[in-house]
Amino acid sequence: MTNTNSQNTDLLAYTKPPEGHVSHSRLERVLRSGRFAVTAELNPPDSADAEDVYQAAQPLGEVADAINATDASGANCHMSSIGICALLTRSGYSPVYQISCRDRNRIAIQGDVLGAAALGVTNVLCLTGDGVGVGDQPGAKPVFDFDSLSLLRTIRTMRDKGVFLSGRKITRPPQLFLGAAENPCIQPLEWRPDRLIKKIDAGAEFIQTNFIYDIPLFEAFMARVRDAGADKRVFIIAGVGPLASAKAARWMRSNVPGIHIPDYIIARMAATENPSETGKQICIELMQQLRKIKGVAGVHIMAYRREQLVSSIVLDSGILAERRKGKAR
Amino acid sequence: MYRIRMFAVRHARKFERIYTWVERVMVLLDPVFARIGYNRVERPIALVEKGVKTLLFDCKMCGQCVLSSTGMSCPMNCPKQLRNGPCGGVRDGGFCEVKPEMKCVWVLAWDGASRMKDGAEKIREVMPPVEHSLQGSSSWLRVSREKAEAIRESREASRKTLAKAFPEARANEPAAAPLSVEPSKATQAEAEK
Repeated sequence: MTNTNSQNTDLLAYTKPPEGHVSHSRLERVLRSGRFAVTAELNPPDSADAEDVYQAAQPLGEVADAINATDASGANCHMSSIGICALLTRSGYSPVYQISCRDRNRIAIQGDVLGAAALGVTNVLCLTGDGVGVGDQPGAKPVFDFDSLSLLRTIRTMRDKGVFLSGRKITRPPQLFLGAAENPCIQPLEWRPDRLIKKIDAGAEFIQTNFIYDIPLFEAFMARVRDAGADKRVFIIAGVGPLASAKAARWMRSNVPGIHIPDYIIARMAATENPSETGKQICIELMQQLRKIKGVAGVHIMAYRREQLVSSIVLDSGILAERRKGKAR
Repeated sequence: MYRIRMFAVRHARKFERIYTWVERVMVLLDPVFARIGYNRVERPIALVEKGVKTLLFDCKMCGQCVLSSTGMSCPMNCPKQLRNGPCGGVRDGGFCEVKPEMKCVWVLAWDGASRMKDGAEKIREVMPPVEHSLQGSSSWLRVSREKAEAIRESREASRKTLAKAFPEARANEPAAAPLSVEPSKATQAEAEK
């Protein structure tokens, strides 16, 4: 074995997580220490070149505690999330491995979870997944063997009990920080907090929400979450993203499942001369407002095809200012 | 049948009561089913179950009925077949992401559950994934058989405890603390609880 190889194996050695932690995840350490976390979504390339992944990751890595590798989001085919995660862990990034229930059954998913953990993945985001109909290959067979909650419970069982769902033993269980998504601004608003609690019961330790553009609606959601004490049981990371133009915003609202953008945001985008700058400005303002809401533990930035903006959005928003001074929240 | 399905959700409380009642009857019938053989009654009962539930709930005969935990809205009608919905793609007005003309099965489920007595709590439990090998079988029969078994077991356990607590009396008078299985009457008494 060469030197570089042994260094790699050291990096991925199977060791116990720190006291009070379930994984070696940087994101988990940041959240548990009470610091405001930043995660960002990587747009997966339609390419077989690793360099494309690194290029997309580079501007995110400057500010993000973890980088989300999406699993064919919107049912569009791209490089797989596990492939991206393998590349990211190799170069020292901390990925969030997104698993959607749309394309693989329980046998495939449980195997991939072990594989991902062995590759150095420490965060997993369990998603139901968009229907195949909205994607680029609508004739595909939808699998949906699990849903996000039964997937969460399954991975938690693998991690904590050290067994597959069949009861067969796992000699070295995967040490993963478990996450789920939430969509607080989408119908049925009345039951969203209840389902969040159900996700916590199923095993979620952090939540990354879909885009939040409607602060009053999100605040109402958070008030109910706090009333139920759920903000103490899970780290809620609010999703944001810069809009490109009023047209793009309208398109997203009507074509991408589960996206709510209030009219006044779209009106502001339509009225501006420089939509790109306004989109960025709106994103920064949203982040600053979200930072102040009690129970919000971080932000998740989804900048579709605009990764290069992420770093400046985070720095301009000042949400990491305290951390830069070395002060915890 | 979409309309009847919506009706069932609106009247989830009534259906919950009917369901409890049907279940009791099925548990009472356990000795009969056992006598004939559960294998033999499986097909006719599954047929009846399919007829009734297809009419009322658009049942897909998954064999793992969880209607009383899903507000009497059948989760197999969800295009993603979620057991713990709704997903994050629900459209304005509570319509389905995949079939926009249909009300989201899980929006209806939470709505129906809120009208129910036990259903309101039951929907908060995390449901396991569907066991596909049970497709087409009768879940009524499965549930009643399991309940009847549980009743038998608990009865046996209490009888054994009693017999152990009064060993001498049992030695002198076995009828004072019998250990043998009582057939029908005891089942009835337990089932009525």
